[in-house]
Amino acid sequence: MANVTITLNGQTKTADVSENTLLVDFIRSHARLTGTHVGCDTSQCGACVVHVEGESMKSCTMLAVEADGKNVVTIEGMANEDGSLGILQKAFQDHHGLQCGYCTPGMVMSAADLLNVNSNPSDAEIREWLEGNICRCTGYHNIVKAVQAAAAEMRG
Amino acid sequence: MTIQGGIGSATKRREDVRFLRGKGTYTDDINRPGQAYVVFLRSQVAHGHIKAIDCSAAENMDGVIKIFTSADIKAAGLGGIPCGWQITDRHGEPMKEPAHPILADGKVRHVGDPIVAVVAESVREARAAVDAISIDIEELEAVVDMNAAIQGAAQIHDEAADNICYDWEFGDADATNEAFAQAHHITKIDLVNNRLVPNAMEPRCAIGEYDDSTERYTLHTTSQNPHVIRLLMGAFVLNIPEHRLRVFAPDVGGGFGSKIYHYAEEAFVTWASSQVGCPVKWTADRTEAFLTDAHGRDHRSLAEVAMDAEGRFLAMRFDTLANMGAYLSTFAPCIPTWLHATLLAGQYTTAAIHCRVRAVFTNTTPVDAYRGAGRPEATYLLERMINKAALEMGMDQVEIRRKNFIKPDQFPYQTPVALVYDTGNYDQTLDKVLEMANYDGFEARRAEAASRGKLRGLGLSCYIEACGIAPSSLVGALGARAGLYEAATIRVNPTGSVSVFTGSHSHGQGHETTFAQVVADRLGIDYNNIEIIHGDTDRVPFGMGTYGSRSLAVGGTAIVNAVDKVIAKGKKIAAHLLEVDEDDIIFEDGAFKAQGTDKSKAFGEIALAAYVPHQYPLDEVEPGLEETAFYDPKNFTFPAGSYLCEVEVDPETGVTEIVGFWAADDFGEIVNPMIVEGQVHGGLAQGLGQAMLEQAVYDDKGQLLTASYMDYAMPRAADLPNFEVETCVTACTHNPLGVKGCGEAGAIGSPPAFVNAVMNALSDYGIEHLDMPLTPEKIWNAIQTNKRPIAAE
Repeated sequence: MANVTITLNGQTKTADVSENTLLVDFIRSHARLTGTHVGCDTSQCGACVVHVEGESMKSCTMLAVEADGKNVVTIEGMANEDGSLGILQKAFQDHHGLQCGYCTPGMVMSAADLLNVNSNPSDAEIREWLEGNICRCTGYHNIVKAVQAAAAEMRG
Repeated sequence: MTIQGGIGSATKRREDVRFLRGKGTYTDDINRPGQAYVVFLRSQVAHGHIKAIDCSAAENMDGVIKIFTSADIKAAGLGGIPCGWQITDRHGEPMKEPAHPILADGKVRHVGDPIVAVVAESVREARAAVDAISIDIEELEAVVDMNAAIQGAAQIHDEAADNICYDWEFGDADATNEAFAQAHHITKIDLVNNRLVPNAMEPRCAIGEYDDSTERYTLHTTSQNPHVIRLLMGAFVLNIPEHRLRVFAPDVGGGFGSKIYHYAEEAFVTWASSQVGCPVKWTADRTEAFLTDAHGRDHRSLAEVAMDAEGRFLAMRFDTLANMGAYLSTFAPCIPTWLHATLLAGQYTTAAIHCRVRAVFTNTTPVDAYRGAGRPEATYLLERMINKAALEMGMDQVEIRRKNFIKPDQFPYQTPVALVYDTGNYDQTLDKVLEMANYDGFEARRAEAASRGKLRGLGLSCYIEACGIAPSSLVGALGARAGLYEAATIRVNPTGSVSVFTGSHSHGQGHETTFAQVVADRLGIDYNNIEIIHGDTDRVPFGMGTYGSRSLAVGGTAIVNAVDKVIAKGKKIAAHLLEVDEDDIIFEDGAFKAQGTDKSKAFGEIALAAYVPHQYPLDEVEPGLEETAFYDPKNFTFPAGSYLCEVEVDPETGVTEIVGFWAADDFGEIVNPMIVEGQVHGGLAQGLGQAMLEQAVYDDKGQLLTASYMDYAMPRAADLPNFEVETCVTACTHNPLGVKGCGEAGAIGSPPAFVNAVMNALSDYGIEHLDMPLTPEKIWNAIQTNKRPIAAE
């Protein structure tokens, strides 16, 4: 067993976990934050994307012990302080960028990282960046629109 | 006038807020106190006799609570997994319906067939115990190919000779053959509709829980139709009456058909929870989902059309082999028959049609409805065959279709394959899509692409869809073992807010928004004062669930009918309070008004009066304001549309890019255009995924080679284009909303549009047909085989 402490959405979370516990299991089972989803077991679908030290990461590909002492942000940490939807989240709602909602947390976390590194992406750049996030519902069209709209609003 | 939150308004989805904040509740997010976990030991061979099962090394391992085999299932007297539809074959005999045990009984029939269930305190311990179980299986020859199966390559079920479940036919064979004998030209085409895996992003999950104080069972499960699961599992598998069984399907992460069916894992966890004395949870991993979720499509067909000299369709003939997999899934038998052959008239006036379908058992995962379910298969046959016919007749792909269209003044239209189309305007959607795509500019675009060394092609597809399968009396006659109505309850609360209980289930469709819009519009009250409740058999009186694009046309109509009962009762209350005759009360803009006076009562006042009946017509009506309606439709609804797909093929690599996709659909009236457009996008992505990328591949021993996202090509963002989607409206004539359904159209119409486009691009190479998926490798190889373009010779 290993004692792991992670700053999760700004709050410290400590737990004794086995060394082979995945970060996603720490988040879902130990911290009881179930917004981060598991859609596959091969690091292909991206439903589990979170931010580790500000960068997107598939939390099923990282051990909890590797995240010890680090800052992790999940979908639950993306809303405004008053609980209202952040700019990117709101854009997903405004442009119907989600249907069943299962891939959505990973999709939002991945897109947020894109907008951190590229404030004015082309449609092709958005599609390329989201290559690691599978959505079965939307056909991606409205996800691209949502990311474009959020980028425009963030640029001001 | 369109009001925000009313019918016709692109109201933003209310469910999105919880999903976007990570606050959705999917089944795997639920954990019950003291729960145990089950892991299934599954067959690694496709066909074999189970000679021995030795669990002795596993029984005493850490955390193991109990290990179950088919002996335990049989000792408990549990039933097998039932099939919900019986087909009668061409000789009047019922289909072969072999047993489908919860845990394999003596024989395994596909890779993934569950043999042993280990219940343990953790998943890790259950997996370790599974690894310690020893199974002795005498492997038998497996059969995967349908043609080999019907030649008796292996006997999968004792009762199904040559592995044929049924040999069925439909249509007038004599009239069809007579028309073929007199044809000017006959076009024939062999077509494969590739096997797909639905791949909802949320893997299936189930938690069974038994409360011995109330003797009630609860099943939390990833289902599109919890009441159907309660009915099937309670009555046929576990022998639990409805009042002691709650089935709850909370937020469900996509279904696409695969979560309609009753699966063995759900029955097992429900029963096992009473055997081990604690809740039992099962969550599929993705490979388990590939091996056990019902697959889709998998047809092989010969399609033929007989034409006169002008290219008019005189008759059509179809001969289809449909893969059932190893067992009959819940609705599998009706997919290639009543949801396929009846759609073979398409948008055309073909006078005679005959279809033969043989359903075949193979050593593969069961196959059942997947988005479109029989209708994509029918549309693919028609629309590929018609493009080949156009080429052979020297006609344009638009011209040959328009010549054969059912015209607007021919509705209602009786097809030769049973259906009566109530309404439609196929010229209108075709005109619309030609305009959207600038059809006339295509040759210039083709020439420009050629100057860059690219092969440009344009493909058309005109589809017909049939939604809201009904009425119950008809489907019963066709073999359905259930009715296909929908139920709704409107509970008006004392202060005027409204709780709507619907038997439809939302797993991405946005019912919480759309249905609230319908009620807000009908009652003239604030959309925000309406909640939609679904998915819980303890809260919702009854329901048949969501599939076949039925939710608004059938479930929405049940809601409207219940609302109308509320209004009718409200009129009686208002007449009493306003001291006028009931016939003088009209309901408009959210108020009950006495005609010819300025007297009125707001909806909320009537609600309060119903619950505080101090002044109330107690002799005439009961207190309270809550009404239930069951709605059984008179007919299917018939959405239709025209799709154009434009591609560029790189002849050096075979890589194909979709450079334009245009969809013109007629879904009847539309409640929320934003949601409808999203449904079309999603359907298009799945249809184009089938046409370009996806295929479930088995080796000849029955191993699924595509059992992960490393191997099965799901469409990703960069594979797909932006879509242009528009709608035309001919209102459905037999439901009060005039709606038809939009969920499956994209998946039905897009595969032939894409394949027609690629074939159009490759036409100079003399390549007549390639089977889906049209991967770069397949296209490149075809180009290599036909190296010199015909035009260059």
